[in-house]
Amino acid sequence: MSSLRHRLARKSLLGVAAVGASALVLAGCGAPPPSGGSSGGTSAANSSYLGCMVSDSGGFDDKSFNQSGYEGLQQAVKDLGIQEKHVQSKADTDYDPNLRSMVQAGCKLTVTVGFLLGDATKNIATANPNSHFAIIDYSDPSFPKNVKPIVYDTAQAAFLAGYLAAGVSKSGKVATFGGLNIPTVTIFMDGFADGVKYYNQKKGKSVQLLGWDKDKQDGVFVGDFKSIDKGKVLTQGFLQQGADIVLPVAGPVGAGAGSAILEAKAAGTNAKLIWVDSDGYLTAPDYKSILLTSVQKTMATAVESVIKDDTQGKFDAKPYVGTLANGGVALAPYHDLDSSVPSDLKSEIDQLKKDITSGTVKVSSKSSPVSGS
Amino acid sequence: MAEAPQAPETAQPPLPTGPAVPAPGLVDEREPVLRRIATGTPMVSLLSVVLAIVIGGILMAVTNPRVATSAGYFFARPSDTITEIFRPYAALVQGSIFNWQGADVAAQLYPLAETLTVSTPLIFAGLGVALAFRAGLFNIGAQGQLIFGALFGAYVGFSWHLPFGLHLLVVVLAGILGGALWGGIVGLLKARTGAHEVIVTIMFNYVASFLLLFLLTTPAFQRKGSTNPISPFLDQTALFPELLGPQFRLHAGFILAILVTWGVWWILSRSTVGFEFRAIGANPNAARTAGVNVGRATVVVMALAGALAGLSGIAQVSGTEKYLSAGVAASIGFDAITVALLGRSTPWGTFFAGLLFGAFRAGGVSMQAVTQTPIDIVLVIQSLIVLFIAAPPLVRAMFGLNPRRPKRKATPAATSGAAS
Repeated sequence: MSSLRHRLARKSLLGVAAVGASALVLAGCGAPPPSGGSSGGTSAANSSYLGCMVSDSGGFDDKSFNQSGYEGLQQAVKDLGIQEKHVQSKADTDYDPNLRSMVQAGCKLTVTVGFLLGDATKNIATANPNSHFAIIDYSDPSFPKNVKPIVYDTAQAAFLAGYLAAGVSKSGKVATFGGLNIPTVTIFMDGFADGVKYYNQKKGKSVQLLGWDKDKQDGVFVGDFKSIDKGKVLTQGFLQQGADIVLPVAGPVGAGAGSAILEAKAAGTNAKLIWVDSDGYLTAPDYKSILLTSVQKTMATAVESVIKDDTQGKFDAKPYVGTLANGGVALAPYHDLDSSVPSDLKSEIDQLKKDITSGTVKVSSKSSPVSGS
Repeated sequence: MAEAPQAPETAQPPLPTGPAVPAPGLVDEREPVLRRIATGTPMVSLLSVVLAIVIGGILMAVTNPRVATSAGYFFARPSDTITEIFRPYAALVQGSIFNWQGADVAAQLYPLAETLTVSTPLIFAGLGVALAFRAGLFNIGAQGQLIFGALFGAYVGFSWHLPFGLHLLVVVLAGILGGALWGGIVGLLKARTGAHEVIVTIMFNYVASFLLLFLLTTPAFQRKGSTNPISPFLDQTALFPELLGPQFRLHAGFILAILVTWGVWWILSRSTVGFEFRAIGANPNAARTAGVNVGRATVVVMALAGALAGLSGIAQVSGTEKYLSAGVAASIGFDAITVALLGRSTPWGTFFAGLLFGAFRAGGVSMQAVTQTPIDIVLVIQSLIVLFIAAPPLVRAMFGLNPRRPKRKATPAATSGAAS
């Protein structure tokens, strides 16, 4: 009896296997593409143009500048019909060999990301004067003529965020923390601090900022851009101290701040989150319900436009500086929390944006690519 | 000094003349595993690599969309699928040994030079781990020791200005000192307080890497005019001379690696201290009874292991990187553990394992650049190698190398009735 059942089971198994195998065989019966043809390049003019990118050790999925930059490259592939290659660096020691490999692969333009690649980019660019390079978030006056720096005066947008946070805060305390104490991070914190200060001056209030002291250039840092749990603990600490708006400047670690605020909300304490780099409403939708706004750096657009210029032979080494004026940095819409921002404050922010653009209100940061370094 | 209370025990030290045979009852739990891993047969190491490459190939085939596309018309043109599966490994060889598409001899041999360059710090740090292994110590701290070596060496390299020749020598000595210091403290803690070296070295890694991060924001280490955590460049006189000219990264540190490998071999197999290390590694209790000063030897072996890892840091700052950054150590200190295991903790074994890993690293770059294979696959292959080396019976079973096989043949009657 049992052996019969056994045999039946085996038979049906065989049947399944046979169906599976025939499916595999059928799947393998497609027609091959014509051999020797190019791999699907439609727009003839740019199909031989190779645009490349080398990430820093954060990788292309860092929800920050590597990812945004790569989106720009992909956009260029779509819009301009170019070819692309990208390599991810696992450690600081990979930058030099990765860059060399891109040059050897015949890249016309190679985009590198972050100050850590600064020296490697300079060396390789000097050794290969016929290749073009663009580097995000870093500028060096001694760069050769074939390197275009793409930098951002993020303090301008962060200034608006600071003013907004101070105006929206009910507890009179706002907080920020960073990933590492490096210029591309602290420029957010400087702008944020000045925005809060400007609000206090104008309104005669005393909204307090936790986590960053602009004069001492020191504050609260995670120590890396990975430890989401640490970001959560830091945020819980800020909430306990009474802060009700938090600006995490630590890439993916922002998720830790988001989950701490969501938990606090479930427990009855209301607090809000400000995202950085991209519009968090789109890139971190889990936190829609607590997201006040985002301090954006529109890197994808900048990368695509540099590639586009290069395909048209209009490459130059003049640094691209993203500002409020040219839309390189921006304050994202308030989305779901629109109603929590008083309309007076909204118009003040709009006015402030105009004042910063026109230069009436000066935003300064030691880390700014315009005033500093 | 501190060993005074033990004097009665060591009063009549009959120095052993033959190899120290461990007394089975005295071996502590940890030793057999460690020794088995450290002294597996070369065949197991080789088969582990082969197995890892095969599994890595399957992984790449499954994850590569181009393989899926070409498998769609497998029966019409099977060569496409096969080519796509092998392309990444071809790129690995092309990026690590010989580039047959290179325009001239220099371009063709560049990958080989690159492999040697990348291997150099791995060999140094691997030797540090291997040496400690032989004395029965699990040195997880090569990373921290490397950072200390790099820290000391780089500081001397960019802040002292000495004549050519002397400067490099001082930098190398500073690196040795830095590493030896960081490793020696671990040995001291182990010898005096019994603190377990695994825990201490792991914690010391954290201390070293965060200390480095902090120091890079202080005026003494930060580059002038920069607000980024990066040090000035080392003086030209503090760098290892290039062996093949400026278009290659290969530097004299590789020659030093060969000499040091020979030196470690000499220490382990020809010197009295080396004999003591091995005696302790085989059985610390027996060694102590035989008159070896275990505490002192622990400090010495950890200091030496640290010095070797420190040299690895010098290979970084004076060889390839030329400045200090938070990531100067990459993951070399941890890869070194794998390298030492793969090399079965022998100096020359470690040397060749370092070359293999250097080839993986160098080839991984072109695997990414040419075939767009994710770099993570290369890391998966490396990890699989370690996994297989740590489980020799698994590898032997998979290749039918189990020594117990004849035994089974001898009792066929036991299983004859079971077939249905």
